[in-house]
Amino acid sequence: MNAAPDSRTLLAIYRKMSAIKHNDERFISTMLAGRLSMPYYSARGQECIPAAISVLLRDDDYLVTIYRGVHDMIAKGVPPRLIWAEFAGRSTGTCKGKGGPMHVTHPESGCMVTTGIVGAGMPIGCGLALSAQLRGDGRVTVTNFGDGASNIGAFHESMNLASVWKLPLVFVCQNNRYAEHTALATGTSIERIADRAASYGMPGLHVDGNDPLAVYAAAQEAIERARSGGGPTLIEAMTFRFNGHLIGDSGDYIPKPEYAAAVAADPYPRYRRWLADNGHANAGELDAIDAAIKAEVDAAMQFAFDSPLTDVAEVTRDVFADHAA
Amino acid sequence: MTIQTSKADKATIVQALNWALDDAMAADDQVIVFGEEVADPEGGGLMKVTQGLSTKYGSRVRSTPISEMAFTGAAVGAAITGMRPVIEIMLMNFLAVCMDPITNHAAKLRFMSGGQTSVPMVIRTMTGSGFQTGGQHSDFLEAWFCHTPGIKVVMPSNAADAYGLMLGAIRDPDPVLFVEHLLSYWTPGEPPERGKAIALGKARIARPGRDVTLIGYSRSMMDLPVVAQKLAGDGIDCEIVDLRTVSPLDMDTILGSVRKTGRVVIVHEAVKSFGVGAEVASRIYESLFRELKAPIARVASKDAPVPFAKHLEAAFLYSHAEIEAAVRGTLL
Repeated sequence: MNAAPDSRTLLAIYRKMSAIKHNDERFISTMLAGRLSMPYYSARGQECIPAAISVLLRDDDYLVTIYRGVHDMIAKGVPPRLIWAEFAGRSTGTCKGKGGPMHVTHPESGCMVTTGIVGAGMPIGCGLALSAQLRGDGRVTVTNFGDGASNIGAFHESMNLASVWKLPLVFVCQNNRYAEHTALATGTSIERIADRAASYGMPGLHVDGNDPLAVYAAAQEAIERARSGGGPTLIEAMTFRFNGHLIGDSGDYIPKPEYAAAVAADPYPRYRRWLADNGHANAGELDAIDAAIKAEVDAAMQFAFDSPLTDVAEVTRDVFADHAA
Repeated sequence: MTIQTSKADKATIVQALNWALDDAMAADDQVIVFGEEVADPEGGGLMKVTQGLSTKYGSRVRSTPISEMAFTGAAVGAAITGMRPVIEIMLMNFLAVCMDPITNHAAKLRFMSGGQTSVPMVIRTMTGSGFQTGGQHSDFLEAWFCHTPGIKVVMPSNAADAYGLMLGAIRDPDPVLFVEHLLSYWTPGEPPERGKAIALGKARIARPGRDVTLIGYSRSMMDLPVVAQKLAGDGIDCEIVDLRTVSPLDMDTILGSVRKTGRVVIVHEAVKSFGVGAEVASRIYESLFRELKAPIARVASKDAPVPFAKHLEAAFLYSHAEIEAAVRGTLL
């Protein structure tokens, strides 16, 4: 049966959440200071989901994420200094500044594709999982998407294909209740997206995405099923994004009481309190983790701005393997 | 039934492609094949190109649900792990329902990842008018993909080229759209040399000549030799260039021929406007404007959807008379 996470694992989850939160805050403040220019889709508020999932993954397990995906990348192990350099358009970035926040790729940490097209990651996730199945290498693929993507054809085609082929795949719907500016109920025919799994003959799990223990338990079940040949699972993790669709979004379409309630349920302080109340760490120990993370953010940012801008000759490179201009 | 593999004087494109897939799968266990009905229980593919492969290679050959978006995206995912998927999109018009994995992902992931990942997949598809299948089953849409940097477009016209180009496409490190013509599948031709790939991006002089360069690919290569033969009777000596790979274009071969003849007629089954012919003509003008003896002529299908009725379908496509008139026009 599934085991509850030990203190070491619980603190690993906290460390990832802290890294996501503090990098995110620094990205935004650096943008507002005029030192970073990019379309940035903050995942602040959703950090618990990838943090709790990724402590269960191997380094070589595959990740697919989306434009709102920096939390998934950091949790999976993409080094923040390479993300910072990518966002700053530097030659040392994950993709030499040619991908940007919507297209970070870092195969060494399993981050294979980040897509800017809603729903497009799921078919690709099927292919990563097919590769693992045919090779028998035991890798699991986690493909992330939002509630809005559950209404696009790619979601339904991929769920069906993954189920028919029993692919080692975990579909993670990070339901933050808004598809761009459209509320869940306005665009989605069903209350629980997890219920859609039944249509495809796969288990669907609906969890509080701000509760690390709930996410961990669901992910453990899904990853074990995938790794043991039992096929795919859909996890719907309920959450919220605090900074709108992208930085600059006024959030006028979100009712004020709903927003206030979501911020009150902020997973980061909630998890801090829980760790302290349950004796896994005291406030001083958690502060020390945060301080170390902040120092890493400082260093990552410094690394980025110390790196050279990518040469303009790169504009016509990597189009084909033989990149004669 | 398996497709004949014994030594023969002639081979069809169906045989050649089947041999190419078989040889590629035997040589490299990372080559996998999937698409609608490609496995033997479902018939081995619409035109039987994949017949026998699932029996021989098991789960490496899979029939998919009718979900082009999902299985094309799956090919992208498998390819970035280093597998070599060859997928079949039953008809070229169906590419319209899986453009996103092709143009937003397959063609761009090498670039967007800064060269960290690549997508060595082959998308086989087929099309062609002449079967009264109307507006959604017989289009030539190659220009859409030629206009997308990052994907190559191959359109063979005979068995030997189909075999060599398929091996070349599978071994190519980038995504390749491989377009087969429905009308040409069963035409006997020179048999391929087994195991020998043809590099992509190389055109072929199908007929040497002095007076006019005829440029074609795919179906028009069934027509150009007929017209050239007729014109030869009138002392007009046509050189025929089979592009074979439409993108990237082999401008060395094209320009080499045009330098010799100074006259050009480009013929394709795709509609004329904004087509491959326009790009080829532009590039010739950019390089050899002053050496041309006549304006470049384009002969193509009418700018309309493909109609259903047999006589309308015939009127939609170019005719041999139009090609002949275009050639004579360059000699006035």
